[in-house]
Amino acid sequence: MDVYKCTLLSNDKITETSCDMRVLAPEMADAKPGQFVHVKCEGFTLRRPISICDVDGEVLRLVVDRRGKGTEWLTEQRVGATLDILGPLGRGFGTHGRVLVVGGGIGCPPLLYAAKASDSADAILGFRNSAAMMLLGDFRDACDTVQLATDDGSAGFRGRVDELLRRRLSEEKYDRVLSCGPTPMLRACKRVCEELGVPLEVSLEERMGCGVGACLVCAVKLRGADGEYVGHVCKDGPVFKAEEVCFDD
Amino acid sequence: MTDMRVSIAGVKFKNPILVASGTFGFGHEYGKFYDLSELGGICVKGTTLHKRDGNPAPRIAETPSGILNSVGLQNPGVDAFCAEEMPFLKRFDTKIVANISGNTLEEYSELAEKVAAAGVDMIEVNISCPNVKAGGLAFGTSCTSAAAATEAVKNHAGSVPVMVKLSPNVTDITEIARAVEAAGADALSLINTLLGMRIDLKTRRPILKNNTGGLSGPAVLPVAVRMVWQVANAVKLPLLGMGGVASGADAAELMFAGASAVAVGTALFNDPYAPIRVRDELAEYCENAGVARVSELTGGVKPW
Ligand SMILES: Cc1cc2nc3c(=O)[nH]c(=O)nc-3n(C[C@H](O)[C@H](O)[C@H](O)COP(=O)(O)OP(=O)(O)OC[C@H]3O[C@@H](n4cnc5c(N)ncnc54)[C@H](O)[C@@H]3O)c2cc1C
Ligand SMILES: Cc1cc2nc3c(=O)[nH]c(=O)nc-3n(C[C@H](O)[C@H](O)[C@H](O)COP(=O)(O)O)c2cc1C
Repeated sequence: MDVYKCTLLSNDKITETSCDMRVLAPEMADAKPGQFVHVKCEGFTLRRPISICDVDGEVLRLVVDRRGKGTEWLTEQRVGATLDILGPLGRGFGTHGRVLVVGGGIGCPPLLYAAKASDSADAILGFRNSAAMMLLGDFRDACDTVQLATDDGSAGFRGRVDELLRRRLSEEKYDRVLSCGPTPMLRACKRVCEELGVPLEVSLEERMGCGVGACLVCAVKLRGADGEYVGHVCKDGPVFKAEEVCFDD
Repeated sequence: MTDMRVSIAGVKFKNPILVASGTFGFGHEYGKFYDLSELGGICVKGTTLHKRDGNPAPRIAETPSGILNSVGLQNPGVDAFCAEEMPFLKRFDTKIVANISGNTLEEYSELAEKVAAAGVDMIEVNISCPNVKAGGLAFGTSCTSAAAATEAVKNHAGSVPVMVKLSPNVTDITEIARAVEAAGADALSLINTLLGMRIDLKTRRPILKNNTGGLSGPAVLPVAVRMVWQVANAVKLPLLGMGGVASGADAAELMFAGASAVAVGTALFNDPYAPIRVRDELAEYCENAGVARVSELTGGVKPW
């Protein structure tokens, strides 16, 4: 883990608001699925946390959705630009055994690397609508099956990923479910996995400062053997065992 | 080569660049980037008598050239600090400055006794945290309570020098500085964060769950320079300056205004190497300006 100057190799628009970006980062070769990088955006006091979507040899892949001024700057960078990247950071997913990845929207990218690293994987991916879909080809290559859900039914199943998750877990055996997406989706997945007795790991988001565990701003309420305690997304996560996360507020 | 050594209240720092309390934890994280012995000193995360979980998240909001934070003094408690963190920190050839925050005068006394016994080089008395209800800022905004906290710590710190950290959230910082000096402080540090607030237009909710938080980062540098200058003119005590330092030039400004040493905080979040870079840039500035000893910068401003 360190700060690296990385050359932007490609930057392709994959939805109306998001870009698939590849940077040259030989130092990230040993990054684990679920870890993230903290990217400097010119003119901003804080870096922006972005999950590692894939690592292929010396090439690090990030998928960035434009949400505000920082990600706007990032997605506008041209091929050949130098990005200042701090990473790899945090604790990632466990990938042993047969894995089911469940992604929602911009939560899908980190699950691609997790699916690739696992022994065998299936995917359930949910999006707002067909225009927001991303990385389908990559997931199809990395997984045995890919099931799609959209809120409006414009592609795949019309409805929520946790409904597909419930069906899938009642029919098939998995060693673990890995999930990343909006909090309500993670909460719903946790309910399903608890009922059906399958271990679930979730990747959480919180506003961050340092990204390395020093400033303590990205707090998350956790439940351990000795009761509730406060952990930090950047250092203790972003991936947590679902049973440890207090989703109650 | 410029002599980079400075001293504050008898504590000798190998260079004038420290790291600011609460931005550097207890050193473990940034210790993975560089040898902590490179630093002039480390002001560690604020400790309280008992463990504190801090405020709910979100605890940070970005602002133009700065951030607001509302961590609320999350820390493992002073006993854990002394038993678990001090042995690690003592391994480095740098000065360790404890940062203590009490709810009552008795707590300040007890905290001082404990960190002094644990072998810290200096005690920074936080009477200026804007993010906790009791204590913190409550002590730092009135001359009598600031003086009382100073006295309580002085009486229990033994031979360890006591530095009082001042809040910028006051009408006249020099009054508090004078009161604290009269109460026996050995040094002052300033500034802590400025109270601020941001609102999300979509939800009409404040971004911080605590509603308000403390502003830090480049945005506050001019306020810090002004306050260090005012306080330097009001008291004889040595000053540790901080607030928005992100370059050697920023550090030099604070020293010209009257600081004997400078702490780097928020700049770390953008660049983990910020304190090292600030030190090197300051040394380079001194070389180029023909300054033999960095301590010559202190108070060197020529006001109109
Ligand atoms: C561990 C982690 C992994 C992430 N991975 C990805 C990813 O792979 N792709 C992607 O597009 N986005 C990802 N995000 C979300 C991304 O970090 C935010 O969308 C981004 O920081 C927004 O910055 P902005 O300047 O565009 O928005 P603004 O709203 O202008 O940002 C203002 C401040 O709030 C912070 N902030 C705003 N939204 C979020 C958020 N959802 N999470 C954390 N901080 C936020 C920003 O970092 C910045 O400090 C991830 C977040 C985390 C915590
Ligand atoms: C995340 C964060 C946590 C902080 N925690 C403390 C603390 O525990 N005790 C304290 O005295 N000051 C604390 N501060 C204030 C800093 O030490 C410093 O006074 C202030 O941030 C101004 O310097 P800067 O602009 O370089 O960050 C904190 C600041 C930040 C940003």
